[in-house]
Amino acid sequence: MIETRQLSKHYGDLTAVDGISFKLEPGRVLGFLGPNGAGKSTTMKMIAGFLAPTSGSAMVCGHDVIDDAIAAKRVLGYLPEGAPSYGEMTPRQFLDFVADVRGLSGSQRTQRIDDVIGRLHLNGVLEQPIETLSKGFKRRVGLAQAIVHDPQVLILDEPTDGLDPNQKHEVRALINAMARDKTIVVSTHILEEVHAVCSRAIIIAKGKVLADATPAELEQRSRYHQAVSLTATDVPAAKAALARVADVAAIEIDPQDHRLTAFPKPGRQIFVAVNQALQAQGIAVSELQLESGRLDEVFRTITQGTGKEARA
Amino acid sequence: MNNIRTVFKRELRSYFATPVAYVFIVIFLLLAGAFTFYLGNFYERGQADLLPFFNFHPWLYLFLVPAVGMRLWSEERKSGTIELLLTLPVTMWQAVVGKFLAAWAFIGIALILTFPIWITVNYLGAPDNGVILASYIGSFLMAGAFLAIASCLSACTRNQVIAFILTVVVCFLFLLAGFPLVLDFFSGWAPQGMVDAISGLSFLTHFSSISKGVIELRDVIYFALTIAFWLYASAVVIDLKKAD
Repeated sequence: MIETRQLSKHYGDLTAVDGISFKLEPGRVLGFLGPNGAGKSTTMKMIAGFLAPTSGSAMVCGHDVIDDAIAAKRVLGYLPEGAPSYGEMTPRQFLDFVADVRGLSGSQRTQRIDDVIGRLHLNGVLEQPIETLSKGFKRRVGLAQAIVHDPQVLILDEPTDGLDPNQKHEVRALINAMARDKTIVVSTHILEEVHAVCSRAIIIAKGKVLADATPAELEQRSRYHQAVSLTATDVPAAKAALARVADVAAIEIDPQDHRLTAFPKPGRQIFVAVNQALQAQGIAVSELQLESGRLDEVFRTITQGTGKEARA
Repeated sequence: MNNIRTVFKRELRSYFATPVAYVFIVIFLLLAGAFTFYLGNFYERGQADLLPFFNFHPWLYLFLVPAVGMRLWSEERKSGTIELLLTLPVTMWQAVVGKFLAAWAFIGIALILTFPIWITVNYLGAPDNGVILASYIGSFLMAGAFLAIASCLSACTRNQVIAFILTVVVCFLFLLAGFPLVLDFFSGWAPQGMVDAISGLSFLTHFSSISKGVIELRDVIYFALTIAFWLYASAVVIDLKKAD
């Protein structure tokens, strides 16, 4: 479990993190979203016990990260930004070192190390110096050290950065597999990742929490939520037909591919009505889609305060 | 204790994972030999002791110990591993002491490998081996003091070259604290008590009294306190500077 209360970090006049409070239970994966420099990494560094907060507090499994630092660090696994590791060591030596510091011993130690090597497919590179490995392998070595002691709480700062699509998929599957009984915080730039792994998303910008909701709830804030998009051969006729549907509030045509999007009036559903109207008019449609909402648009709206107003 | 040992093991092994360790040891042995035989006139003196050997240790250490110590923390900061190390369940002092002891042990290994010169002097004559042992201990203690300074200054910067130069300068001042070069700077305006205190900080004075064969408690305490002070300062600096 993680709990932060009014967590803040100042550097002189600069406020990096400004009163962030949240509580996260086991079995949940929290996605930390925000533009670069929003304070994501600083917040994670404070929870991991690397930086001391200027004010406020953070607890990991009931241990205060400052007053009871060692106990908090024991139950926590942390992947720092950029997945740093000792370049001259091999993954085997590095994992042995982390397992020793984590106090693992005997058969449990062997079993845990073998387990993470298997999970992260490190078998082929175990005896090569880490500095000679590819970016993807370096990241996986970093993930391996974060989970080698099977921690209750995991903090992963951009775990999929620099991985290819297959590796991203594997890391997401790994996070999902661990999510059942652990408390996990993941920071990311990649919005599709929020769907793939997170049960909750917090959007921060300029050190403040701007939104705290499930990915589905965030999508509902999108103006595309419940909108209907279609591609028609006869664009003007299709537009006229859409305009006659009662609950359609606005229609937009993409200037590039002439794809039409009909936006519903607040709280209304228009998919069935649009479909019927098109059929009644005999308009040929090559593709028709119900939009669930666009996270990238919500992200922009929330973090820049523009979007809806600017684009309408 | 376990954590210190784990950090120590990792750090010591990392010296030998790269050519740095071997280059350092070879240069150290070559220079120590060259100084002893050419500048120290080991043979010409016709005396069975290792004074010409130990006399050059402070000057050897002045450049070689900062080279060992410069990477202690600046490399951790540059590569970001400091974040990894300090979020493992290791306390700050365990990390500082473990890394320091590893570097100190490494210099100890280099020092032990000078044993052929001890064999040589025993073959040529009958030296006082008690004095030689005391000198080795004194030399090792002095190396520790140099290294503790290097640890602290290496924590100040992520640039190893800067760490090296700063360490050389500070070590130089400590080495010569009892000599006019440093004392003249203070004697004009500072009270005599302070000038005496500064001259008492000289590494050379304490080292030369040990290398006469008398291990006095005050010299040992002096080096122990110097090491403790600079290691404490290292921890403070790391804590202050880790954010940037």
